[in-house]
Amino acid sequence: MRSLIDILDFTVEELDELIDLANDIIENPEKYSEKCKGKKLATLFFEPSTRTRLSFEAAMLELGGSVLGFSEANSSSAAKGESVADTAKTISCYADIIAMRHPKEGAPLVAAQNATIPVINAGDGGHNHPTQTLADLLTIKREKGGFDNLTVGFCGDLKFGRTVHSLINALSRYNGLKFVLISPEELKLPSYVKKDVLQQKNIPYEQTTDLESVMPQLDILYMTRVQRERFFNEEDYLRLKDSYILEPRKLRDAKPTLSIMHPLPRVNEISVAVDDDPRACYFKQVLNGKFIRMALILKLLEEAKK
Amino acid sequence: MNIDSITNGFVIDHIIAGRGMRIYELLNLDNLDCPVAIIRNATSHKRFKKDIIKIDGEIDLNLDIIGYVDPGATINVIRDGKLVEKKVLELPETLTNVIKCKNPRCITTTEQEINHIFKLTDRDRGVYRCLYCETQAK
Repeated sequence: MRSLIDILDFTVEELDELIDLANDIIENPEKYSEKCKGKKLATLFFEPSTRTRLSFEAAMLELGGSVLGFSEANSSSAAKGESVADTAKTISCYADIIAMRHPKEGAPLVAAQNATIPVINAGDGGHNHPTQTLADLLTIKREKGGFDNLTVGFCGDLKFGRTVHSLINALSRYNGLKFVLISPEELKLPSYVKKDVLQQKNIPYEQTTDLESVMPQLDILYMTRVQRERFFNEEDYLRLKDSYILEPRKLRDAKPTLSIMHPLPRVNEISVAVDDDPRACYFKQVLNGKFIRMALILKLLEEAKK
Repeated sequence: MNIDSITNGFVIDHIIAGRGMRIYELLNLDNLDCPVAIIRNATSHKRFKKDIIKIDGEIDLNLDIIGYVDPGATINVIRDGKLVEKKVLELPETLTNVIKCKNPRCITTTEQEINHIFKLTDRDRGVYRCLYCETQAK
C-alpha cells in the first residue's frame, strides 16, 4: 500500500505530477468536487495542530469526501494505552485513508506498516512533515515557475525545524540551487543534514548569523518559528526565540522578486507590517497546502485502487 | 573444552581486539549449552592484536551481527574437525533487533512490540540510522 511518510518516498517525477495535479485543481475546482464521494479520511491527531488538521479536512471535503477522527491523544484510545499499530489496524476498518500526526518520531511509519489503507504523515515530532514540504514546493513552483537555479535562504530554527530539513532534502534533487543558512549558533542546521545532503550532492551553501547581510542575494527567504515544544529547557527557548524578527526595514535591500515564506504559525518572527508586502507568500502557502493535500489524497486513493 | 580443536562449529577470527565481548553479548552466546571460548588480545600478524571466539556447536550464527560489529572478522566453519568454509563479512544493509534507538522521541521507545530496525545509510563511514526516526546509531 502506497503511503507518504517522507518526502523522499516520491520521485522528482511524482512530485512534479502531484504539483501539476494541484495546479489543475486550482484552475478547475469543479472538476474535482465529487472525486472522493463516498470516501472517508481519518485525521488521527495525537498532538494538536489546528492548521494541518483543518487543511486535510478542507481538502477532503472539497473533493466531496467526508472526514472522521480526533484532534488530541486524550480523546483517542492511546489514552488507554493502545499501540499505534493497533490504532492503524482498527481505523483501516472505518476509513479509506489516514492522515496522522504524532509526537513520536516514526509513528506514521509504524501506522503505515500496519494499516491496510494509505497513511499520510501529517507531522511526526521534530522529524518529518512531508505535506508542508509539498505545500512549500507548490508555492515555489507557482511563485518562481520552477526550482532550478534559486538561492534559498532559511532563517531561524534550522536545528529542530523539520520543515527546513524536509524542504532542503526535496530541493536538493533539483539543479543549480544555493542555500543560505541563517541561524543563531545554537540552532544551526544539524551536521548530518549538511554531510548527507548538501556535501554529498555538492550543493553550495553558506552559514551566517546575519540575516541582513545576505538578504540581497536571496530569491526565497524561508522564515521559521523557534518552537517552544522542541526545547527541554525553557531558559534556552526564551533566550533564542527573538533571534530574528523580519521587519519592513530589513527588506530594503531584498530583491523585488523575493518570495517570503513561512510554514506558520508565526509568533513574532515576521512583523505583521510585512503582510502587506507583495513579496509575502505565507498565506498563499496555506492555501496551496490545501490544494496539494487534495492532489495527494487523490493520488494515494487512486494507487490504493490498483 | 580444548580450545585448539573444534569438531563441529565456528571460529570467529581476526576480530578487532576489544570487540569480541560485544559480539559475544549480541549473539547471546552466554545462553548456549555447547562449549564457547573467547580469547582476548591474541597475537595477530594481520592486526597486531585480535580477539577470537570459538563455538563448538552447530548453531544458527547471525552473520549480520558480526558484520555490524566488525566487518573485518572472518568466520571459519568447522565440520568433523576440518575447515570446510571461510566466510568473508561486510556491513549488513539492515539490522533487525540488534541494537536499540537511543532517541527518546523515537516511537520505538514507547511501542512495545515493534522491531528495532536500522538501515546502513553510508557504507564508507559505516553509518546506521534508525528506520523510524533516522537517528544515527552510536
